[in-house]
Amino acid sequence: MMAGFFALWQQQSWEHQLLQSRSYTLAQARQALGKTRLNLQDFQALISPAAEPLLPMLAAKAQQFTRQRFGRIQQLFAPLYLSNLCANECSYCGFSMSQKVKRRVLSAEEVEIECLALRKCGIDQVLIVTGEHERKVGMPYFRQMLPLIRRHFSSLMLEVQPLSEADYRELRQLGVDAVMVYQETYQQAAYQRYHLKGQKADIGWRLDCPDRLGSAGVDKIGIGVLFGLADWRTDASFLAMHLLYLQQHYWQSRYSLSVPRIRPCSGGIEVPYPLSDKHLVQLICAFRLLSPSLEISLSTRERPELRDQLVPIAITSSSAGSSTRPGGYAVDPEALEQFSIDDSRSPALYKQRLQQLGLAPVSKDWEPYLGR
Amino acid sequence: MLTLDGVQLNSALLLGTGKFASARQLIAAVEASGTELVTLAMKRLDLQHQSDDILAPLQQLGVRLLPNTSGAKTASEALFAAELAREALGTNWLKLEIHPDPRYLLPDPIETLQAARELVKRGFVVLPYCPADPVLCKRLEEAGCAAVMPLGAPIGSNQGLQTLAMLEIIIEQASVPVIIDAGLGAPSHACQALELGASAVLVNTAIASAADPVAMATGFRLACEAGVYARHSGLAAACTQAQASSPLTRFLETL
Repeated sequence: MMAGFFALWQQQSWEHQLLQSRSYTLAQARQALGKTRLNLQDFQALISPAAEPLLPMLAAKAQQFTRQRFGRIQQLFAPLYLSNLCANECSYCGFSMSQKVKRRVLSAEEVEIECLALRKCGIDQVLIVTGEHERKVGMPYFRQMLPLIRRHFSSLMLEVQPLSEADYRELRQLGVDAVMVYQETYQQAAYQRYHLKGQKADIGWRLDCPDRLGSAGVDKIGIGVLFGLADWRTDASFLAMHLLYLQQHYWQSRYSLSVPRIRPCSGGIEVPYPLSDKHLVQLICAFRLLSPSLEISLSTRERPELRDQLVPIAITSSSAGSSTRPGGYAVDPEALEQFSIDDSRSPALYKQRLQQLGLAPVSKDWEPYLGR
Repeated sequence: MLTLDGVQLNSALLLGTGKFASARQLIAAVEASGTELVTLAMKRLDLQHQSDDILAPLQQLGVRLLPNTSGAKTASEALFAAELAREALGTNWLKLEIHPDPRYLLPDPIETLQAARELVKRGFVVLPYCPADPVLCKRLEEAGCAAVMPLGAPIGSNQGLQTLAMLEIIIEQASVPVIIDAGLGAPSHACQALELGASAVLVNTAIASAADPVAMATGFRLACEAGVYARHSGLAAACTQAQASSPLTRFLETL
């Protein structure tokens, strides 16, 4: 395989990007806002402190781009947690190996029960989530479970540990449509500080993961940062760089962006670089202008008041009625969560709200025969 | 009048059904547009759970359905979608769409031609969405397609007839209907396409994304009618010089 993003990342300096991301003037931000095709510098100008007065205009343009590309619709999905076993030690995560929580891996029967419960709520697109435990929840487990889950839903997304290109090729054949691998942070020092043990401590393996997904021809690749671990503008700049790189190299894949902010979990850490609501909006809108075809999803980590404002501006897919624990829908609703959620509205209630906002909730926009 | 597979359609406007805020809004726009043929994505229909909210109202309206293979990146995926559409919707009409590039959704000429050949063999009435390439359009015609659907501009871009020079050649050479698909952003674009000699236009984003989709659908209906009238009545040629309506030399006729 050719050198991936890891090699490009190694040539970059975090400090340089950090300074750069603050160096833009209002005039440069205005110029970026006026463009129809943006480059990395334009994006940085739009997320810079100088661009803050332009936020209303930025949001208006982001909304216009979103409606033109995606129409007045909102894709709905729900996460399906299969396991909370984890061989990593991430100091911000409730699933980390040292956390004293009850561990659980769903059996085939339990998975079936969960799928039926989700179907009953009208969910047709699921994001399968597991902790990262290669030995106990790896390819043999996926080989067993994916065909069971596939039967129930039109679209399957996967958020598990980074795997090899060959594994991704196989997962595609098993019916996986999208794979999400979030970098958490692009700052090496912070990455090493928060990821203490396990495969995840290897930053290069994770940075090159979207390359392996692209090479394997996976239809949709999800990238993201866990905002709060390091300076948000710099992390966003690297994320944008990664996106532009991937779009250039793997032109047949779709891209989706997640913008989770670090939340209190049962591990409990102080958030060193909090991302404010205002900056979250600025960030999302800037990504919309940088890449009009980018899917942007917003999870139930965010509270309803914010989601209801932000979704109509630039979000293309959102979850509803989410449970972040294995078996949380029907098997064992009492189990421990990976993180606490803030928007606990049911899918039915959320759909109703979307309609009030002038958006058609869409549960199905894919077919199992596509992307195989 | 547009004739496809022996069926005459009075409206030169085809409508896409994506991007609307609700089924009700879509239905109102379809009615206002006067269209008799609407295209819908197989990937969007929920046939398995019978929970689809647009299919039944469209069928009730009596418009003809043109299922499309949107989402397919290869000929084989498009063939699969086509068979599914024929079985589920009881029509052998198909809008063939293959776009391996999810960013600009540009059609793949190679896969499209391959799929068109196979679909024609299997008895489909094939309407392929294709690049505005005159040679490809002749090839698709030779493959037995019932029409060709070259793009005016990237889909959803509202840029109008950016491929004008190629569209003129395609229309001049075609012996099947030419339906300009994709990129039409305003009623004037649709009118221009029909004045040029296109048999029909297909519009979705310009209507669905308008502040008032129903009013915009009406605008497109009127523009399409205007375009068809203009074509049939014979457009006068453009000229760089002014030509007086009452020439100064008229006196010569009386001499």
